[in-house]
Order: sequence, then structure tokens, then C-alpha cells
Amino acid sequence: MKKLSARRRHPLAAIVVLIFALAATGGLYAAFAPAGEAQAGETAAAQSLAIEEGKKLYAVGCSSCHGTGGQGTSDGPSLVGVGAAAVDFQVGTGRMPMQAPGAQAPEKPRMYSQAEIDQMAAYIASLGPGPAIPTEEQYGTEDLSGEEIAEGGVLFRTNCAQCHNFTGEGGALTRGKYAPDLTDVDAKYIYEALQTGPQNMPSFPDTVMPEKEKRQIIAYLHQVNSSDAKTPGGFKLGGYGPVAEGLFAWVIGLPILVGVTVWVAARNAKARKS
Amino acid sequence: MSSETGPHETVSDENLPAEQGAEPGTAAEKANGNPFADPGLPPHDDRIQDIDERAAKRSERTVALLFVVSMLATIGFIASYVIIPVEQYVYLFPLGHISALNFALGMTLGVALFCIGAGAVHWSRTLMSGHEMVQDRYPIGAEEDTKSAALAAFGDGARDSQLGRRKLIRNTMFGALALVPLSGVVLLRDLGPLPEEKLRHTMWERGLRLINENTMEPLRPEDIVVGSLSFAMPEGLEPEGHDFHTEIAKAALMLVRLEPEDIKDPQELDWSYEGIVAYSKICTHVGCPVSLYEQQTHHVLCPCHQSTFDLADGARVIFGPAGHPLPQLRIGVDDEGYLMALGDFAEPVGPSFWERG
Repeated sequence: MKKLSARRRHPLAAIVVLIFALAATGGLYAAFAPAGEAQAGETAAAQSLAIEEGKKLYAVGCSSCHGTGGQGTSDGPSLVGVGAAAVDFQVGTGRMPMQAPGAQAPEKPRMYSQAEIDQMAAYIASLGPGPAIPTEEQYGTEDLSGEEIAEGGVLFRTNCAQCHNFTGEGGALTRGKYAPDLTDVDAKYIYEALQTGPQNMPSFPDTVMPEKEKRQIIAYLHQVNSSDAKTPGGFKLGGYGPVAEGLFAWVIGLPILVGVTVWVAARNAKARKS
Repeated sequence: MSSETGPHETVSDENLPAEQGAEPGTAAEKANGNPFADPGLPPHDDRIQDIDERAAKRSERTVALLFVVSMLATIGFIASYVIIPVEQYVYLFPLGHISALNFALGMTLGVALFCIGAGAVHWSRTLMSGHEMVQDRYPIGAEEDTKSAALAAFGDGARDSQLGRRKLIRNTMFGALALVPLSGVVLLRDLGPLPEEKLRHTMWERGLRLINENTMEPLRPEDIVVGSLSFAMPEGLEPEGHDFHTEIAKAALMLVRLEPEDIKDPQELDWSYEGIVAYSKICTHVGCPVSLYEQQTHHVLCPCHQSTFDLADGARVIFGPAGHPLPQLRIGVDDEGYLMALGDFAEPVGPSFWERG
């Protein structure tokens, strides 16, 4: 007892006491809390907690442009009815929050953890009905056959290639806007982008492009444009086709040949240098 | 190839031939002060291989080595062709996931051809004769005798044929020669069928449903939401059909939905259905497919020459070389609630040229 009282003025004493107190409170709560009721209301409670937390995150990070209630301002569009999928895409790929006003929000390292994104998504989803965050079964591509993936190529060329290039390398639009490169983009984000139409991209809702077709497009993109895509000849030069290849041949290949020829002819074979 | 430079430094002076005098005459003319005099050839210098037999042997071995490497590479080419399976892929930095067979075949064939070329160049530069040679040009004109003989023969022929005297023969002959090429011109008609009315009309007509190009199902108005983009083709067009490409090239349609109050052009609003507008996908400049749709600005951009159309304002051209707006298809809904065309495009689709007349 004497030992204990001797240490009560130690600088860490307050923290130790606090930890004990917290552990005791939590333990007592766990022991005495009405377990059945907690189980029943668990999902609803978690949901409203997520919305509550999401609202706080939204107020700090998003409301300056999108308005305090998600109704939108002159600096940002209304988020009522965009759905959880739009939040997961925009914040998950780092596009939101936007770093600076500009033609288009670029992809950048994300600012929030997935848990925080889910909370914000829950809050935005509570403002109005919209597409939910897709599940693994919606965007997974393991079950697709080679034929279905090839059909995905046809779908990609019909619906997406005009902006994103034939193999999803991206391309320019008007006034500084652009269709981003799709190399190694997560299947989930491609799915969400198709469903929600982020920024200036049009959406492709399930009514015009059913879920399976989205998966086929995702599988096609993985096959032709990802870090483990096969390029039989190597050096695909951005996948832009004959223009890039011709440019390479004329601007790099030919000067190398001319240079070698000049070098061979210019070198003096004489025994005595003049 | 490095054997050319290597031995130069090691050559001792006594191996070199005596200094050769300048060409006779050169010095004399220079002395005369004629700056345009033919300077003649520079003095001939021997190569190390011309003087040193050991160096020549080294060059011979280098050339032979290059040829042997080429042989080995050719054998390697055949071996890779036999051994490596087509479906084998390997990762090679910085090439990426490449076909092992492609890479092996390209490498070996490249080495085989390069070594033959390099060997030939090295051979000619080090061992073949190194003496400078002068080859004079031949005169361009014929000899005087030949010229006069040819002119005499032509004059004799002209007299014998009486071409100058018999004017009737001469003129009819010119007429016949002038007409003959016309048969070739007439044959150009066979290059293809006449366009007739094909360029003025598309497959669209009143009552044809709009078929979703993705699902091949007829579209309903509620399928198309604001901000989405869909592509449609006329009902009855089979993708496997004989004339699919001819018809879709004219009939291709893009559908977007706008808020009716955003539509500025009264005719566009009139031809739309609940804000759904249907426009030709064929650019009016040179006929590229325009469908780079920006859903916030309602602009459609053509990828070929950046013509930009404002879909909220009758597809007016707001930028680029296109001559007139994209043709709009008038749409409505049939008894079963499917979107259908209310007629063909009012004007020919595609390049501006066909707007004439």
C-alpha cells in the first residue's frame, strides 16, 4: 500500500487510472447491457450511427462546395440522389475532395479511409435514393468465358471507346476535360463509374447496359489494359495504334539507322590519321 | 567492328609507306592562282590491313566470326520455332508480358541479318581493295553522225507516207486517236453503282422501334435517365445481316435525356419525347462517329476534327469544321410504351456535301 501511494504522483499515474476506468466501464456495460435488444436493433443502429458520422465528415470536408445539406451550391453540384456508389467512386479514387477548381477533378491519393468513405456514402444515400456501392458479385469477372470477354470488347468499342480509346488508354475532350486512362483501375470503380456517370462521363444504367455487360467490359479492360495484360510484341507505345507506331518508326527508328550509317561511313579505316 | 580502331595506336612508323607526293599538277595550278582548279584526289593512304598481314588476319577472323554468329542465330531461330509454344508469355522489363516465341524469333532473325550486314561492311572496309578510283561520266548527247542519220530517216518516212499532202487521212487519223481513250472513260462507270437516293434516306421510318445496341431489346422512355448515353438502331436490322454495315453507317443513333427546360431549341423540344432526344451519330463534317458526350455541358465532340455540337440547342455547331447541326430524329412512343421513330431524318445524315439540293 505504501508503494502504491508513493507512485500516485508519477506523471503516468493519471493515464493508468484512466485506462482502468475505461476498461471497467466498458466491461460493466458489456456484462449488464440488454443483449437481446442490442442484437435486434444492431443493423439499424449501426446504419444511423454511420449516417451520423458521415454527416459530420461531410460537414467538414464537403459542405463548402456541395452545401450544408447536400443541396449543391454554385461551386458544386447537388448530391441528392447520386447514391452511395458515386461517393465511393469520387472519394475512393481521390477525385473528391477537389484540390483546386478546374475543368475536371483528377485522380489522386485518397484522403479518407474506406470506413470514413462508407460513412459519408451512407449519409449521401440517406438524402435520396441512388445506386448503392456494388458488391463483389456485381463486378467480379471470374465466371466469364473467353467468348463473353470478347463480347465485352464489342461493348467497350460501342459505348466507351469513343472517349477512352480502343484499349482504355484515355483521351482528350473539350476545354481541358479528358477521359482518364483506365489502366489498372479497380473493377469496383469502373462499375461505379459506369453506373453513376462521374463528372462529364455519361452514365450507363442497368436499363441500357445490364450488370453482366458491365462485368464483360471490366473483364475486357483487364485483359487488354492492365499491368498483367499480354502484349505479344512488347512496347505497345500507349496502345494508340498505327499513328504512334508510325511516329516511332519515322522519328526514332529512321534517325537511328541514318546515324549508324553516317557513323560507319565517317570512321576512317586508314592506318595513319590525317 | 572494333578491330578497325584498336590497332591504330600500335602501328610503328616504319610500317608506314613513305610519304606520297601530291598529285602532279595540283601544286602547279595552285601556284598559278586558279582557285577553281580541280584539286585531284587526296594522296592514297594504306590501311593497317594493307601493311600488316597479322591485322588482315584479325579482320578476316572478325568477319568470319560475325558470319558464324549469324549462322548460330539462324539455327536458334529454327530451334525457337520448334521448341517454344505459341501461348507461352514471359515478363521482360521494359517490354512487359510478351510472347516468348515472338521475342525469340525476332531476336534471332535480327541478329542473323545484322551479323551478315556487319560482316559484309567490315569485310569491304578492311580487306577489299582500298584504292580510290575515278569513273568519268558518259556524255549525254548522241554522236553527231547518229543524230543526222536519225533525222534523215524521219524525213524519208514523212515524205513516203505523204502525211503532209493527204490532209483527209491526217485529220481523220487524229480524230480516231482522239476518240479511242473515251472507251476507257466510259468503263469508269463500272467502278460502282450510282448512289441514287441512298444517301438521302436512312432505314428509319415511322413506327420503327429504337433497339438498344447493347441488349438488342427495344428501349422504353424510362430506361433512359438524365445524364446517360445510349445507342440505338432501327428495329429489323440484324447484326448478322448482309446489309447491316451499309444501313447502320447511316442509321446509327445516340439517345440522351435532358431536362425539358434545358432544351433551348423549340423544334428540338418538339421532336423529343419527355426530354429524350435522338440525334444522328454521324458527324456532318466527314462522317466520323460523334459520341464523345459530356453529360454536364451537353456537348458532343467529334474525335476526328473536334467539331463540337450542343445537344441542348438543336445540336448547333459550337466549334470546329462541321458545316451544319447533327440531324435529329423525331421520336415518340407506340401503344405498348416503346420508343419509336416518327419518320426518317428530315435531312441527309453525314457530310455537309449532301445537304445541297
